[in-house]
Amino acid sequence: MVEQLKATTLVSASNLTCIREERILFDDLSFEITEGEIVQIEGPNGAGKTSLLRIIAGLSRPYAGNINFKGEDIVRCRDEYNDELLYLGHLAGVKSELTAEENLNFNLRLCGYDGFDSREILSKVNLSGFEDALAGHLSAGQHRRTALARLWHTNCKIWLLDEPFTAIDKKGVEELEHLFLAHAKRGGCVILTTHQDMGVISDDILRKISLDYRFV
Amino acid sequence: MKKGISYTQAFGTVLKRDLQIAIRHRGDIFNPLLFFVLVVTLFPLGIGPEPQVLTRVAPGIIWVAALLASMLSLERLFKADYVDGSLEQMLLSPQPLPLMVLAKVLAHWILTGVPLILVAPLLAVLLHLESNSYGALIATLALGTPVLSLLGAIGVALTVGLHKGGVLLSLLILPLYIPVLIFATSAIDAAGMNLPYDGQLAIIGAMLIGSLTLAPFAIGASLRVSTN
Amino acid sequence: MWKWLHSYADPERAYKLSSTLLPWFATLAIAFIGIGTIWGLGFAPTDYQQGDSYRIIFIHVPAASMSMAAYMGMATCSFIGLVWQIKSADWAAASIAPIGAVITFIALVTGATWGKPMWGTWWVWDARLTSELVLLFLYLGVISLYASFEDKVLAARASGILAIVGVINIPIIKYSVDWWSSLHQPSTIRITEKSTMSTDMLYPLLINIFGFGLMIAAITIVRFRSEILARNGMRPWVRELAKAEGVK
Repeated sequence: MVEQLKATTLVSASNLTCIREERILFDDLSFEITEGEIVQIEGPNGAGKTSLLRIIAGLSRPYAGNINFKGEDIVRCRDEYNDELLYLGHLAGVKSELTAEENLNFNLRLCGYDGFDSREILSKVNLSGFEDALAGHLSAGQHRRTALARLWHTNCKIWLLDEPFTAIDKKGVEELEHLFLAHAKRGGCVILTTHQDMGVISDDILRKISLDYRFV
Repeated sequence: MKKGISYTQAFGTVLKRDLQIAIRHRGDIFNPLLFFVLVVTLFPLGIGPEPQVLTRVAPGIIWVAALLASMLSLERLFKADYVDGSLEQMLLSPQPLPLMVLAKVLAHWILTGVPLILVAPLLAVLLHLESNSYGALIATLALGTPVLSLLGAIGVALTVGLHKGGVLLSLLILPLYIPVLIFATSAIDAAGMNLPYDGQLAIIGAMLIGSLTLAPFAIGASLRVSTN
Repeated sequence: MWKWLHSYADPERAYKLSSTLLPWFATLAIAFIGIGTIWGLGFAPTDYQQGDSYRIIFIHVPAASMSMAAYMGMATCSFIGLVWQIKSADWAAASIAPIGAVITFIALVTGATWGKPMWGTWWVWDARLTSELVLLFLYLGVISLYASFEDKVLAARASGILAIVGVINIPIIKYSVDWWSSLHQPSTIRITEKSTMSTDMLYPLLINIFGFGLMIAAITIVRFRSEILARNGMRPWVRELAKAEGVK
């Protein structure tokens, strides 16, 4: 029984300090994120939400402190960590010169997947019929969906999503929220930033990490 | 969900994507080539059309123009990927970064280095290069331009996040190009005098092997700094 | 073995250590350069071939030999910073770069000045001068890369990578330039023939070389200290320090 209560820690941060342009965004920040958690990083613009997400992803190096994956600093086990990590940033990572399908194929193969049906995955994000359209010709929402399609074909446990709902319509947001819940139930975790209210994921499920804007 | 892409497949995926994008953006292939041709044509206008003078300086002109063309075309190597976020995805992929970087550089070399090698003999005719130097010209370009791409990519990776590119990039990488320039032109000169030039070629080959093994790691580390 | 180094990774301790070391380096540097230069310019015997114009070697040779050593020092610091992720090491590397560039520039200018009476021209594409010129370019690359980044923590890391790439290339560049110059001109001119140098000339030269090394170390420490302060301006210990100095 006790084991069931104590879920496994997926990622933990210890004593993170982030300094941007001589300004301390956060100092001595520590937290643990366990299996099945959905975590929202909240705070006003400029508080360092994106910076924190990028530090967790291992893209930015914190000024001090470190991120641990399975008890080891991610700098030391980068390939192993990347294998469990799905990060979608502000920038979608979608090439406008390639079609939606080519983009998805490339992104999935880059993560090591093989033998998938990209058309079926695209149909899940309502992009059926747009498979062969150049991503540059798609609407902003469709462009974003092309990037998000990866979420429907992944066995990464740690999802880091920076403003995933940008340019997505209401129904799409709901679908995404259901997907997050299902992912958390499977033993994964979702760490996201958003300024939009979430309808499906209620506040008692959602855990929040707050960052304040510091003036010094 | 099957995972299991071999390193070769990952390399192929990146290579194929970059070639595909470039083919849909043909201007990027032709512009550096055009630059190369233009710079070479300017020299006879600048120093006079005497065949003896041109023959003497032809190897140097062709190689200096090749250096500049390679540097200019490299500037865009990581820029587009940086701007649209694909670079971040590459850094976060479980595939080894140096491998993917190598694939990108190879794609770039196929698109800009190879056309340069093909056009060079034509320019050599315009500059009255010694007829027995042609083999050496092609050989040095074939071995030397990949070195330029690899070394240059380090500089590009370091500056990709900065707004000012061009001038800074040239300051970073042109000094590193000096050895290639020296040995390549000397090989062509030696060939023109009917002397053996395999020594110079061997040195350029050694530089190629050295940069093939070391540069991808430096490029990877630089990209991690640039995307920070 | 690296334990002791790691304890100085902390900026505050690095700052305190450099504050203790600075007066020693500064005093010794002034003493050595003073003795070496006065001895070299005033008391060393006149060269029977070049007359008094040879005396520029008491500046030129120390500058030239230290220009390379400073680059090595910079690359070593960068390497430590890259591998062990010690930010102070990156900052040390960044503070060496401009000093190295100035020393290299001095070596070039004195070399050219010496070339005028010897060769009758300011510039000769001599292997050593050319390598020195390329070294200057490498330094300038590191400096301008550092200057281009807004975030100086990143700037130090980026220019550190460039310094390491440069240090791998220096032997190759030097070798190729030597080879190139031996190919294009018969090697008739030798700048220094150490074997023929009398000890009266050699001692002040060695003292000055040593003094230049100390001077570079001292100036590096000064720059390193201000670098630490600039990067840690928002830290409490820096604020206390500033208060103790009477800054509001």
